[in-house]
Amino acid sequence: MTSALINVPKKAKRGDVIEIKTLMSHIMETGYRHTAAGQIIPRDIITSFTCRYNGEEIFRADLFPAIAANPFITFFTVATESGKFDFEWIGDNGFSETASATISVE
Amino acid sequence: MRNSEGSTRRQFLGIAGSAAAIGTIPVVSLRPVAATPETMTAAIRNVIGSAVVRTGKVKLDVPPLVENGNTVPMTVTVSSPNTPEDHVKSIHVFNEKNPQPNIGNFYLGPRAGRGQISTRIRLADSQKITAIARLSDDSLWSVTADVVVTLAACTEEVI
Repeated sequence: MTSALINVPKKAKRGDVIEIKTLMSHIMETGYRHTAAGQIIPRDIITSFTCRYNGEEIFRADLFPAIAANPFITFFTVATESGKFDFEWIGDNGFSETASATISVE
Repeated sequence: MRNSEGSTRRQFLGIAGSAAAIGTIPVVSLRPVAATPETMTAAIRNVIGSAVVRTGKVKLDVPPLVENGNTVPMTVTVSSPNTPEDHVKSIHVFNEKNPQPNIGNFYLGPRAGRGQISTRIRLADSQKITAIARLSDDSLWSVTADVVVTLAACTEEVI
């Protein structure tokens, strides 16, 4: 299941600052909403997001219910070498998804 | 005669007052656990400790007027040379009036290239948003922005 959208430039020059955009489809249920019957809907959110560049962590985020549904996170890094970005989302109820993207650096 | 008139008026005011109080109760009960400026301060202290926070160096881009609090674009930019010696370690974002004061903690590093992150957040009310950045020398910089929200997140019922 590809529930993640990743946008990483395919090519970059060494030393370029590149933008990485990520979107993971997830309801991000806050745990503060009620059903019409008055019952609280239990919390179900992504709590952690990590990005590794050739194995080394370059970005990490702790997420809270105040992050909108389908968490969209963008950040930057310096293109140092060709290789792979690994993305990982971890959340409530055993939620765990990974995605990856490759880049060639000249 | 005068006395009875006075007491009627008093009774009327009393009834009107209690009616007004009853009228406001449902509004309050929609958000029984709203974060307050105090809980935001406490949450900030939890994350950064007792260190001094100065204003400046951080830019927080949020629309000043938001129609839908369920998804509000937000960008935090920290001015930094982003070298191994001088870079942004982390960015922390807080709110005043959501049920929880935290919005997110973002950990960057010497390889970030640019001290900037964007995401989409939820806002339960018109309120202040505070972003705090920790630099590599452990100095802390903050900025606060006001947002007016017309349709709040979190409070609607689900069928």
